[in-house]
This record gives sequence, structure tokens and C-alpha cells, in this order.
Amino acid sequence: MSDAEDPSFDPVAPNTGDSYEPVDVFPDSDDFDLRPGADSCYKCSICDTNCPVAEVDDDFPGPKFQGPEQWRLKQTDDDYEIDDSITECSNCMRCDDGCPSGVPLSQMHNTARGQYVDEQMSKFSLKYWRNRILANYRTSARLASIFPRTANFAMNFGPVRWVMDKTMGIPNERDFPAFATETFRKWWQKQGGADASRERAREARERRGEPRDADKKIAYFHGCYSNYNTPEVAKALVHVYEHFGYEVVVPEQRCSGTPMFANGMLDDARRGAKVNVSSFADLIEQGYDAIASCTSCSMALRKEYPELFDIDGVDAVAENTFESIEYLRIHEDLKGEIEDADVSDELAKEFAYHAPCHARNQGLERQAVELFRDLDNVGIEDVGESCSGISGTYGWKSEKYEKSMKIGEEMFEHMEHAEGTTGMTECPTCAMQMEHGTGYEVRHPLELLEAAIVE
Amino acid sequence: MAIESDVLVIGGGLAGLTSAITAAREGAHVRLLSYKQSTLRQASGLVDVLGYTPEGEGPLTDPYEAIPALPDSHPYRIVGVDTVREAMGLFDEVATDYRGGHTETNALLPTHGGTVKPTARYPAGAAAGIASDDRDVLLVGFQSMTDFDAPHVAAHLRAAGVPFDVRGVTVEFPGDLKADAKVTRYAKLLEHNGTVSVRGNEQGARDALAARVNREQEDEPRVGFPAVLGDEDAGGVRAALGEKLGAEIFEVPSGPPSLPGLRLEDAMFDALDAAGGNFESGNPVVDYDGGDRIEQVYVEKNGAKIPVSANEYVLATGGLVGKGVESDREGVREPIFDCHVPHPEDRYEWFDLDVFGDHPFALFGVDPDPELRPLTADGDPEFENLRAAGSVLGGFDFAAEKSGSGVSIATGYHAGTVAAQEAR
Repeated sequence: MSDAEDPSFDPVAPNTGDSYEPVDVFPDSDDFDLRPGADSCYKCSICDTNCPVAEVDDDFPGPKFQGPEQWRLKQTDDDYEIDDSITECSNCMRCDDGCPSGVPLSQMHNTARGQYVDEQMSKFSLKYWRNRILANYRTSARLASIFPRTANFAMNFGPVRWVMDKTMGIPNERDFPAFATETFRKWWQKQGGADASRERAREARERRGEPRDADKKIAYFHGCYSNYNTPEVAKALVHVYEHFGYEVVVPEQRCSGTPMFANGMLDDARRGAKVNVSSFADLIEQGYDAIASCTSCSMALRKEYPELFDIDGVDAVAENTFESIEYLRIHEDLKGEIEDADVSDELAKEFAYHAPCHARNQGLERQAVELFRDLDNVGIEDVGESCSGISGTYGWKSEKYEKSMKIGEEMFEHMEHAEGTTGMTECPTCAMQMEHGTGYEVRHPLELLEAAIVE
Repeated sequence: MAIESDVLVIGGGLAGLTSAITAAREGAHVRLLSYKQSTLRQASGLVDVLGYTPEGEGPLTDPYEAIPALPDSHPYRIVGVDTVREAMGLFDEVATDYRGGHTETNALLPTHGGTVKPTARYPAGAAAGIASDDRDVLLVGFQSMTDFDAPHVAAHLRAAGVPFDVRGVTVEFPGDLKADAKVTRYAKLLEHNGTVSVRGNEQGARDALAARVNREQEDEPRVGFPAVLGDEDAGGVRAALGEKLGAEIFEVPSGPPSLPGLRLEDAMFDALDAAGGNFESGNPVVDYDGGDRIEQVYVEKNGAKIPVSANEYVLATGGLVGKGVESDREGVREPIFDCHVPHPEDRYEWFDLDVFGDHPFALFGVDPDPELRPLTADGDPEFENLRAAGSVLGGFDFAAEKSGSGVSIATGYHAGTVAAQEAR
């Protein structure tokens, strides 16, 4: 007789008897429970085939170890120390996309890296401070943008860079990105901010034959880079959204946390996340959606925040955050407008497009190609699925520079084979790497979209 | 609004890719959604049609000859043997680096477990290893790569009675890679002849490997390696090694993670791109709107539900392993559209007590009409515009029959063709 036919057997109630004393294997803690994720791993190693670091460095044990295996080691041995190799993970998060079993690999990596930096890394070491400065890019960028021209000169001045390389481990080979002479936020204020945007959006709706008071409004998460370095991307976003009749607001915000996660600086990231979540959750409650133009920023708000921080409103922000072009694809006939449009200015050319790793998990890796291949006078070619190798601050460390360039090699080769000699990507640091490896100028899809459809 | 297409394919494995490519080539605007990366990464890269009958007879010489005798409910019988032939023709056009299309009979290929598998198509990289060839073989394994134990594989092949002498040797991979180095690391080093340090000397990894194997080689005209010989330019790696060793080089297909599977994945996505198809991955389809027809489906991204719509839909989400069919103590179901999956009520009738017996669960899946539309328990189509392809279909035991790839290709092709016609 099988147990299904045994009338005394109820699989739902544990048949333990009175003497049973449950043992709490993992005592209460505030941490997220990673056990179900670790248990889901069936060791197929598909994550390892996705790891751009393991492909060029066999000393790196790969995501299967960094994630579920290391997590288990931590549970069985109280004295277990996180393996140093956790700092070699570049937080590209490709392993998440590969796992057929839903193991939250990047959440495990972020957690382990945070613990490593908290408990095992000397707070007096140069490396710690170098990483902390790199991770807090916004702080340096804010200072630099006060005197942008001076900063641009000093940051790429040979002797200064030699000293930075030797003392701090910031590679001499790279060019610092230029700071804009006017930040996006300053420009936005000069444009009249939210009130003026509402007016412009209403006019656009009338022009489009939509109700003047249609409920179309977004809160823009511009991030640090398009504020301090590439305000043209942020301006393109404003122009494109207002063209479709959306009112734009630009709320108070800090760094999304992407570089802090990658450097294990979870306290710094949490501070920023609190400000961002509070500021955007309020607007979401009023009917706004949060829109980011950087795919790593949107990834942080959508995925890393709810995986790492227990903050009021964090889930509402995750559910209502979108990448800028993705949102228009959902809510507007973007494809139709692009098919009717053409480009006649300096952007009428061939582009070599690279999909950032962080765009992949959001399902956005083919969005630009899909849209722009029907655009007149423009060509776009996907340069393949390899990682650019810079991974934010990763390639900005002297000891990792060579590895970063080795990872990028495949992308450089594919870019050189592509017809276009202008690059395109959503990610600011991928753009740096593309430019560094090929010398191509690199544009953001929003700039091309603006050229195509905004009068 | 929703993100729109003519044909929406759900699932990025061999069935989903084949149906998306077919529909795109028919002129439909196609979108393929894959929750995770393609399951082709877990596939050996061998593409079978039918190796054994459901009764276990085989290995079969001609799979097409055996198809008319399969049960009526078998997917091959539903689409018909001519469709299977046409579909394999499409595969041959797409997977240009594949061999075996010159004949209808099965080839016999050695596997990394030392068995011999009947298969209809095989990667060019495996071609020189074919088991019906009587030239002697040297198999080379790497000490740091325990998944492929060359002497053990050779012994198994000898026991299987292959018509040639086969020896297996294990060498250290030049540069002393770590024991857990990834297959992609080997492939990258070999493809770029990357510099490694051998007893203090800097050498190209490929050259150094050839030198090591040269010492072990007697006069075998064929040398087989685990399937890590390059990624994008695997042919170049084999040619370079072959020249140094004076032998034909082949890869022995392996289990996951599988570079031959990964290369096939790349070829299929390139073909989809070339046909104008769109695709994205990373997020699951979780729900739909509709009655007799599906109006739109929802992709879940971190709690947000993104509407995606099409005229016609193809369900290619896989079987019990691929999570296109789910089960618990209460029953067996198809999770997205809740299509009917026939199964006995008592779950003790789902399996056989013999581990290698004929398990009824192996045949679980949706039951389709001739257009591959999943049917309700009453025998009516669940939806007018939903077709199913690949392992989500019931009625065949791919593991026992060696028919998984062929069923995916044939039903994917059929579903894609009909969907594109209906979408017009």
C-alpha cells in the first residue's frame, strides 16, 4: 500500500509525535534568507559559462562558488571567512540571467562582498579608501563640477595621473571623463523646472490630439553621470518625454548605489537608497513612474534595492521603475513614430551597438537594435553579447586594468568589424571602455531618439 | 498599449528558436521571449531525430522509416513525416556548421560517457570522431578537467565494440589551470593561443598542448578532446591542432555546461536576427488576458507586469525539467495558460518502480490538435491562437527514444509556419 492510500497519513501535518522538539537551524536574523536560493542550485554550471572574469582568469572560482557554495560554507562554519576572490567579481550580474533555477546569485555576491569589506578589509588600507572614493563618484563629481574646466585639466594632467596610479592604484592608461560646464540640474532649473515642463507637456498633448490634462507624468532618475558628465543625455530624455506629452519632475536623489554594491560598501549604498526610495516612493504614490536613462541605475532601483534593503516603499519603487525607452515602448507607439521619422543631422550614420550587462537582466539587450533598424538614414549593428569589461569602477583599478581590457577584447574586435565607427550604448562606463578600446565616439540611444522624433 | 508583434514565441530553447526563425522567414514580425538563457547551453550539441522506438528497439538506422509506426499521439505522427523532413532541412540551412544532412540515416557518435549515440545531425567539430569510421583514435583528457576521463571513456567505447582501436591518455593542460577552471577559460586560451607559462617558458597554449599530445600520440590518425576547443572559431582551433599533430581533430560532446550547445545557440540567434526577428531574455511570462483567443500576455519584471501582445502565440516553455510543465502532489499543470495536461489522478501511477523503467511522467505534456493547439480535457482547442512546440508537448519520451531535438525542431517548424500564416 502506498502512503497516499494510508488513511492515517497526512503529508501536510508533520507526524512528529509529542516528543518532537524543533531545532532552529538558522537562528533569527535581519538578513534576507538566501537558503531557498542556495538549495535551488543543481550545479549545472551555466552561471560559470556566463562569467566574463572566469573566462580570462582561472584563479577566479566563478559565480557558482561565490554564490551558493560560499553561502553554504558560511552556514556550516562560524569562523568561515569570505574568500578574497569575492573582490574579483565585477558585479556584471550575468550569472542571474543564466541560472535556469532562479538562484539569486548577484544577491549572494553582494551580500558576501559587503560582509567581506565590513569584517575582513582593513579600514586603514589605501585600497579601502581608493575603492571608497571610486564608489562615491558623486562626491568627487560634485566638487569637480564646481570648477569643471580646472578639474578636466587636472584629472588628465600627466604628473597628477602618475601619482594617482602609483599611490592610489588608479590606472594611468585611462582618460578621466570630462565634466560638463553646466550640470543637468542647473540647466533644468534654468528651463523652469517642473512647472514649465507641465506647460510644455500640455502643449505637446494638444499638438498630438490628446486631452490637455492627460495623466502622463514621470519622475526622472538621472543618476550622477548624466548630471555631471553627459547632460546631453538627460536633456534628450526631457525633450523626448515632453514630445510625447509627459510632465517631467526631477526629484532629490543620490547615487543609485551601483558602484557601492560592486565595492561592498553597503552602508554607503543604503544611505543613498533611503533618500532615493523616500523621494521616489512619494511621487509614485502621486501617480508618477520612475524613469532612468542609465541601465545600471534602473537595475539598482528595480532589483538590488529590494534584494538588499528593507526600506519602506522599496517594493513600490522597484515595481514602478522603468528604463527610459522601455517605458515609451510600453505606453506609446514608439515604433510607429520611428518608422515615420528620419535623421538628417550629424547622427545620420552607422552605429556599433553594445548592450550593457545590466540591460540584459531587464530584457533590454535588443531594444535599441529593434527600434533603430527601421529608422531611415541610420544603421545599427549589435556587436555581440560579450561584456565590455570595465564594469563601472572595476576597470578603474590599476590591479584590474589589464583583466578589464582582456574581457573587453572581444567587444573591441566586434566593434572594429562593424560597419559603423560610432558606438552606442546605454551605460556610461561601457561607453568609456568602448571609447578607450577603439577611439570611437559613443552616443546614448536617447540622443538618437531625440534626433529622430523631436522637432 | 502593449509591445506588439505578429507572432510571440515564449521559450528560447531549440523549439522556440526554430518556430521563431520559421515564422520570421515567412515574413511575420516575430518576438521571442526567454525567461532565462537558452537551454541549448545544457544540450550536448548532438541533434537527434529518433534513435530508438518507444519499445526500445534500436539503434535505428533510418529514423524516418520508423516514424509511421509510432503511436498516433506521438508529435511526429501529429505533424507527419514530411514535415519532419522539411524541418530538418530548415535546421540544415540555419546551422551551417552541422553535418549529417547528406543522408537520412543516423550517424553513431561517441559521447563523453563512452557510449555510442545514434543521431541525425552532429557539429562539424564532432565529425572526425564518428564511430562507424574504422581509423584508430586517441582520446586526450586534461588532469584539471575531471568531467572527461579519457582512459575511462576509451575503455567504455572498447566495451561497446567500436570497430577501431581507442586509447585514452590524460595530460596536464599547459599553464596548469586551476582544477575548477571554466570550460570558457580553456576555450578562450585555445582560440587565441593565449600565453601560458610552461616550466618557466612563455608559450601559446595551443602550441604547448599540441607538443604535449605529440609525445603521447602513436600513429592514431584521429585525436579527440573534450569539447572546449574554442568558441567563435572552433574550426580554426581544430585546424591548427590538426596540422601540428598530423591527425584529424574532434571534440567529444559533453553534458552541461556545453560549448557545442552554446555555439548552436549562437547560430540560432544569429539566424533569428538575420530573419528580422526580435528577442529578449531575463524575465518570465506569468499571465495572460483573453477568452477564446489570447489577447496579451504579461512579462514580470521585479513586480511590474509588462503587457506584450501578438496575433498568434507559440508555447515552447519545455517539459518537466524546463518548467514548462509543473507538478506537485495534487496534479500536473502547464503554468502560464493553465492548458490541460492529461495525467492519472493517483500520483502513484505517474511513475514506474524500476528506476530505468517506462515512467508515465516522461510522456506528460499538453495534448495538441493537428495544428498543435493544446486541447482541453473535452478535446477542444484551449485557445484559437496558441500553439505548442517541443517538450511541453506530451506523448513522447525523448530520453528513451533519443528524439528530443527532432521533436523540438519539427514541432517548432510546424507551429511557426502555421502561426505565421494565421497572423497574416
